[in-house]
Amino acid sequence: MKAVRRVWMRLRGMFAGAAEERRLAEEFAAHEELAVADLMEQGVPEAEARRQARREFGGGAAMRERYRDQRGLPWLEFLAADVRFGWRQLWKHRTASAAAIVSLALATGACMAAFRLVDALLLRQLPVAKPQELYSLARAGVGFDGKPAEFDGWAFPAFQLMREAVKGKAELMAVSFADRMELTYGGDAEIERATVQYVSGWMFPDFGLRPAAGRLLTEADDRVPGGHPVAVVSHTYWKRRLGGDAPPVGKTFRLGGRLYEIVGVAPEGFTGTEPGVVVEIFLPTMMFRGAVMKDYTWHRTLLRTGDPAQLGALQGQLHAVSRAFETERLRGASVLSRNRIDQLTQRLVIQPAGGGVSGMQSGYRRFLGLLGVMVGLVLLIACVNAANLMTAQAGARAREMAIRVSIGAGRWRLIRLVLAETALVAVLATALGVAFSWWAAPFLVRQIETPSMPVWLDMPADGRVVAFGFGMALLVTMAFGLLPALRASAVRPASALKGGENPHARRRTMHALIAAQVAFCFVVLFLAGLFAQTFARLSSRPLGFTPEGLLLLDVAARDPLPRATWEALAVELEALPGVESAAISSRMLLGGQSTNSFISVAGRPPSPRLAYFVTASRGWIDTMGIRLLAGERLPAGDAAGQALVNEAFVKEYFGGGDAVGKRFLRGKEEYQVAGVARNAPYGDVREEMLPAVYISYGNWGIDNTVVTVRVRDGNPQAMAAAVRSELARSHPSLRIRNTRTQQGLVEAQTLRERLLAMIGLFFAVVAAWLAGLGLYGVLDYAVLLRRKEIGIRMAIGADGAGIARLVTRDAFAMTVLGGALGAGGAAALGRYIEPLLYGVKAMEPGTFGAPLAIVAGLALAAAWGPVRTALRIDPLAMLRAD
Amino acid sequence: MKTKADVQQGTLALMVMKTLEVMGPLHGYAISRRIGQISGELLDVNQGTLYPVLLRLEQEGSIASDWGVTENNRRARYYELTASGRKALQAEAAQWEQTQAIMARFLTVKAGDLS
Repeated sequence: MKAVRRVWMRLRGMFAGAAEERRLAEEFAAHEELAVADLMEQGVPEAEARRQARREFGGGAAMRERYRDQRGLPWLEFLAADVRFGWRQLWKHRTASAAAIVSLALATGACMAAFRLVDALLLRQLPVAKPQELYSLARAGVGFDGKPAEFDGWAFPAFQLMREAVKGKAELMAVSFADRMELTYGGDAEIERATVQYVSGWMFPDFGLRPAAGRLLTEADDRVPGGHPVAVVSHTYWKRRLGGDAPPVGKTFRLGGRLYEIVGVAPEGFTGTEPGVVVEIFLPTMMFRGAVMKDYTWHRTLLRTGDPAQLGALQGQLHAVSRAFETERLRGASVLSRNRIDQLTQRLVIQPAGGGVSGMQSGYRRFLGLLGVMVGLVLLIACVNAANLMTAQAGARAREMAIRVSIGAGRWRLIRLVLAETALVAVLATALGVAFSWWAAPFLVRQIETPSMPVWLDMPADGRVVAFGFGMALLVTMAFGLLPALRASAVRPASALKGGENPHARRRTMHALIAAQVAFCFVVLFLAGLFAQTFARLSSRPLGFTPEGLLLLDVAARDPLPRATWEALAVELEALPGVESAAISSRMLLGGQSTNSFISVAGRPPSPRLAYFVTASRGWIDTMGIRLLAGERLPAGDAAGQALVNEAFVKEYFGGGDAVGKRFLRGKEEYQVAGVARNAPYGDVREEMLPAVYISYGNWGIDNTVVTVRVRDGNPQAMAAAVRSELARSHPSLRIRNTRTQQGLVEAQTLRERLLAMIGLFFAVVAAWLAGLGLYGVLDYAVLLRRKEIGIRMAIGADGAGIARLVTRDAFAMTVLGGALGAGGAAALGRYIEPLLYGVKAMEPGTFGAPLAIVAGLALAAAWGPVRTALRIDPLAMLRAD
Repeated sequence: MKTKADVQQGTLALMVMKTLEVMGPLHGYAISRRIGQISGELLDVNQGTLYPVLLRLEQEGSIASDWGVTENNRRARYYELTASGRKALQAEAAQWEQTQAIMARFLTVKAGDLS
């Protein structure tokens, strides 16, 4: 307590002003007077008494100094003085300082935003018991395209076998891929959407979660297929959608034709196991329609074991079970297709999943890595700028430093002086950067959101983010402040005071920094160029169909309906005003789901490649806008056995040429090619065109179709309500499970590329701007330093070109060197980014040419001003000056 | 001339407090004189040490100060022991006595005492 009081008083003492000083002076004077009076009483003459008193009192100044040290906190006082002095220095060059601070703020802010994203998506552990014990299972092998691939989807029956096999040693949990689904509370008219995830009932107890209200699911809720219509809702969903006051326990909603009862609320903070996705409703896996199907892979598998040493044994065991399951499942299939499946599932891999597993993680891991590289480079460029600024200022202050050394300042004192200044810059920049990142990180998250899947990342400003920011501020200070500080402190007073220190040494440092800056800038430009090209290629890729104006409805019937009923429905919708055409199909293109089979032609064994299927009504390809290249459309009516195939199919299975009328086998079913359609991407706009087959519906019951509606003009979403009410009126037994637009599906697929292109462009502009600024600053400084020399050269007859060469030669050499270094760095990065590219090669001369041209242009533009300044130097004035 | 001892800082604080307790409010010069007297002129209190000690004690709240007038009608700053200072003095005095007792026993020990 006493110590605290003392520090507080001393802190106050620091700001003690003139009054305190006066008190001190008076008290000392009084002391002396009293001593003199005392001595005089003893008979000492006044002059002698005064002398003696003063001697006894000790040196006045030294004593006052000790008193002041006791009063305030000297080190803090020194620090405050340093900071005050630093601030004055910055204020003196406020334009240059502001430029340095803003560029650093931009870079640190971007760094922090990137860190917050990485932290939220990849680093943060799930809020469950012992997250470090969680793993996820995946199968790895060679994909259909011959590249290594990994699949983390599992079929439920296989999951059950695996769980049984490792019982007692590890626990397995099934967690479905979260999906937006349509559901209703009360009347059917109010359809809304929520993010739904099917999870193993025992997941909640395993995760050690406690309900915020009601109860959570248990193993007892997950035994009988279709037998447990119960749901747990997330805390946010309760608060946001269900009022948030009274616990929603007992409330019911209708989803997928079933009535579910809410039995409890999950604890606050738990939003499922997919970072980036907030699950709103948890249902037992047994309520999933395809739960018992052997060839429907629809969920991830999580594994918990407390003993990491066991993972090897578990892996072997699980792999054996999984393989046996696949072998059993494919007993009837051909040898070749079995081999293909084998290749796809060569290994079973167990990966740590304490941070959760999500498609967003795998999709954006590399992206975030690159984002990190880019912001890091921009930060370095900004640091170099600030370092150059400091070096130039240190140069201008060499005399001042020399004077300080001459009157006794130690080296450490000088370093502190310069470091205080740089720290001031770093702190200001970091504060601005924090503000920037506060805005930037949520902004980026909003960019990767799609209408069908809202993205939500928990990005609280916790200790780690603050620590990161602080660490970065420190790093930045060291990066750009230490070198100038050391240089400044190494000043030799004798030579500096004579004005004779070799200025070229300092310029050499600045030149090296310029080379580094150009190299970083080159890499950023290189990356940005690749991403911009990728996005341009992807967006201009011919799709083979017209996505604009297409509304897609996922419609389900309570009981299977005959084909004719569905077709009549499409015809009814076509009669709606504003609707151009409507059709039905079993799948939507780019919808994320696929049906595929091996194909055999003319008695040969099935080909190793899969063909992809859509069952569709006759008008579907016209509604989609897919051109018919040869032959006929699918016939109306019952036309089982008739098929349209795309160009890729013709090429793959018939070796090109005329395919109309030819026949092929899908398993045991035979099809005849009625016509050939133009290529259209089936599942992914990035992949090469897959062989696709569009077949007719036969005379069987259909319980689920995609209704595709082409809207005449305007936003297809605007038609959704009209289509919905028409469906509700004419077919009350149908349910609309999902509404999307084809354009939305296309855009969702190019989201990452658009984002990369956007961010890349932003950073390219920032990097180019900063590097240009840095180059300009150095050239300008060089001209300033050499103005006398230039004046002399001009006086003795040097021409303009010679002067320009003199001024720019070194800087341009550095630019070339930096460009070469940058190209080397870019080449090293090339391999890492290849998977993020589409239609562009990282290692082509063209991709290096553009950044090179920009860097060269930048150097010329930056040199323009300084060269002009140099040419305008008046030799006479310069020779007379100083 | 007698050899004068220097005073350790912690000890000086204790002396100052004791002096103030015994003599009541005093100004700085009087404090230094009194300490000199009490020590039988064996101690010479350097003013350069005295005033920082006074300031520290004031910062700790053990003493308070205010301007006053001496018997010779001079302005001087008077220091006074506060209630908490009195408590601190007692505690420190007790501690000091204990230390002293221990030291005394050590310094008077003979080989025969330890067998």
